[in-house]
This record gives sequence, C-alpha cells and structure tokens, in this order.
Amino acid sequence: MKTGIYPGCSLTGSARDYNESVFALAEAFGLELNQIPDWNCCGATAAHNLNKELSLALPARILAIAEKNGIDEIIVPCAACYSRLVVTQHELKKNPELKNRINEVIEMDYRGTSKILNVIEWIDKYIIPVVAEKTVKPFNYKVACYYGCLLVRPNKVLNYDRAEDPQTMDVVMTKIGAVPVDYPYKTECCGAGFSVSRTDIVSKLSGKIIEDAEYRGADAIIVACPMCHSNLDMRRPDINKYWATEYKIPVIFVTQAIGLAIGLSPEKVGLKRHFVDVKIS
Amino acid sequence: MSHSEHHTERNNLAGGIEKNVGVLTQKCYQCGKCSAGCPVADQMDFPPSMVLRLLQTETPENDDKVLRSHSIWLCIACEMCLSRCPMEIDIPSMMDYLRQSSRTEKKVNKKAKNIIAFHKSFLNSIRYTGRLFELGLIIDYKRQSLNLMQDVSLAPKMISRGKLHFIPNMIKDTGHMARIFKKTSKK
Repeated sequence: MKTGIYPGCSLTGSARDYNESVFALAEAFGLELNQIPDWNCCGATAAHNLNKELSLALPARILAIAEKNGIDEIIVPCAACYSRLVVTQHELKKNPELKNRINEVIEMDYRGTSKILNVIEWIDKYIIPVVAEKTVKPFNYKVACYYGCLLVRPNKVLNYDRAEDPQTMDVVMTKIGAVPVDYPYKTECCGAGFSVSRTDIVSKLSGKIIEDAEYRGADAIIVACPMCHSNLDMRRPDINKYWATEYKIPVIFVTQAIGLAIGLSPEKVGLKRHFVDVKIS
Repeated sequence: MSHSEHHTERNNLAGGIEKNVGVLTQKCYQCGKCSAGCPVADQMDFPPSMVLRLLQTETPENDDKVLRSHSIWLCIACEMCLSRCPMEIDIPSMMDYLRQSSRTEKKVNKKAKNIIAFHKSFLNSIRYTGRLFELGLIIDYKRQSLNLMQDVSLAPKMISRGKLHFIPNMIKDTGHMARIFKKTSKK
C-alpha cells in the first residue's frame, strides 16, 4: 500500500500551518506521505463555476499522475480539494464517454483506481488506533467541531459522514480528551470562495458560526478545511467589524489539536501563524 | 405516443439542463427546503426554489430572468440545497450550467462583476503556473475589479506569518497545463 498526499495550493501558502501540522503528525506517527509529483491546482470553485470540462480535467490530471506513480490512496487535507477530487472520480465513473474525452484533454490514461481519503479518514485509519499511547497532554477543552460544507457534501457522492450533524470529527476529538459541544452550525457555510470578492457575505456567515460556538461555551473551534480556517481566523477583524463584536475564540485544525495532545510544540504544528491568538496550548 | 415524442428536445433552459446536467426541473414541488437552508438566499433576487419555479414555466421571459439573475452568481456551491432536497435535485450542478449559459449568452448580472472577476483571476493564475499564486491572484483581482485598497492591511500580517509568497510555486510541466486550458477553452 502506497499512500500519497495531495496538499493543494492553500497548504503551500495561506494554510502553511495546516500543512506543518499534517506533516508533523505523519512524522510523529511514522506514516509515509508521498507527495504526488508535479501536482496542479484542482480548479476549486472558479473552475466549476466557469468551465465544467476544465473542472474535471484538472483533478483528473492529479489522479492520473497518482495512478502512474503507483499511489493506492491519496490523502487530501483540504476539504475543498477533497470534494473536487471525489466528485471528478464519481462523474467520470458514471460517464465513460466523458472519461474518454477528459483523457483526451489530459493526454493521460486516468482509470479511477486510487482511493481518496479526507484528513479525518486518514486520522481514523492510522492515528486513532495508537493515539492513546502517544497522548501526553490530553486536549482537555470544550470544542465546537466545525465540518463546513465540502467535507460532508455532496454527501451521496462523498459517501462519508452523514450530512446533518456529522460525528466523525467529534469522535476523533474525544479520543484526545476533548469534550465536543452540541453545535448546530457544524455544516453551515462560512462563505468559502467569497473571501475576497464578497467579504461582507463571509463576515456575516462566519460571524454566526463563531457566535454560536462562543455561546455554547466552546474554548476552540476545530476545523479540517483551510478555507474554513482562513475565513474564521484570518477574516476575524472583518467579522468583528461587521458584527461590532470582539470574538476571541481560536480556530484550530484537528491535526494541530492532536499534535498538541501528543506533546508537539505550538510552533511545530504552526499555531504561531494564526491571526487569532491561541492561548489554550 | 411514441417514446421519442416523449423525449423531444426542448429548446429552452429546462431542456438544456435536462440534456447537459441530467436534472429534471419538473421534479421540484416547491417545498422550499433549498431556500430555507441556503446561506445566501436573503441576498438573492430569486431564492433557489423560485429559480426552479421560473425554469418550470419554460417561457423565454422567465428563462431570461434566470440567466440575468444575481442569484446564479451568489450561489456559493455549498451543496446544502442538494443534501436537503427530498427529490434529490442537483441544484448546484444546475447552477454551474446556468452560470456558463449566462456568460455564453452575455446576460451576466452586473452585480456579479466582482465574483466573476475573482473566478477569472483565479483561473488566470493557475493557467500559467499550474498552482494558485495567491499574491498574483489578489493583484490580478484588484486590477479587474478596481478595488485597489481592499485588504491592504491584511498583506503585512500574512507576510509576517509566512503565509504569503512572493514567487509563484510553479509546476514543472507548465506546457501540459497550457494545453489543458486550451483544449477546454471552447466547448
């Protein structure tokens, strides 16, 4: 079994902290993560908004390169990339004619044989079974697990957790000592790709997600998506301005929380790169 | 009635959606769950259930309203509507089709200017480098949208946290990327 990783563009830039925590966990647990050679952008929202064929060709190139390199499973930490990759696999499986056309476009033979895992599935498979023996500093905090949109939707295609009130991240967090709060905003949208073009919408939607987490007494919001993180963390000044508030709750990647629990330093898991201070480590 | 008569191609949006996306707009019975769960319905000129109702009428006037609407661009592709629709109507894929038709027919709503500028800047960035160059994206977006002063205070904070690169992280096979863009540029 050869495990690959598709980091996606955010993890090389604005979500470097997420990248650092993913690789810190891989190192601590002795897990192999082979970066897919010469990977490209998945196309994100822009491609499927403007050009359907392109939105399938870009992920297909990534998947075809993985197959060519004998990668059996691909870890995709970004929930948005994860959704695009799985949706592409689904569309091309369901429509062989389209698959031929896309293969023509990418000049490669995509077959659809690699298994795609999101970050929680990776943690569940490789980390949870051994996390108890490695935990030195239980994450004894109340947490609001925020899944966002694309980790669970379109749920009939991703076939992962349930669409309403998902549980997988909550279960992972309990394994390192956290107490998840009941949280109705788990799968509400943060505003996603409107961060730059409609910051007002992001401020409004993300503000509601933060407000409810604070109202329920959570010490931190736990996320598994770089877009959710940048909207809830980096856009915090815009959010606080929009709602005339001073929300201070930190936003932590699930991988960072696990890293802290097994004794990794805040620097090592990228916590120093956040905009909202994380005072709980 | 023969089978083929049953499936005569309709020369309107609902027909195009059925043919290209496989979505049957007639299946919608207006329960309104999509509009209730849509995070941006309050900003839309027509919430998702109303877009479906307009399409169901299959009149040129209503098709035109849909293609000129702000709604199709405000749809954020969060997929909430699809996950809650009792008829499992794939509204997000339908919206992708409507956005593309709206551009082809040059009926894009003026209020969607910045949203489209951002999408275009995004694709411009990956067309040449293969991976998103965030700084390049922001500069190109500012040029297209003329929102020059937006987020100027964000950049220094991103730089001090090592979150903004000055040089694009390019893929090796940029020629491959260029060919993919070229082959998919005109349908």
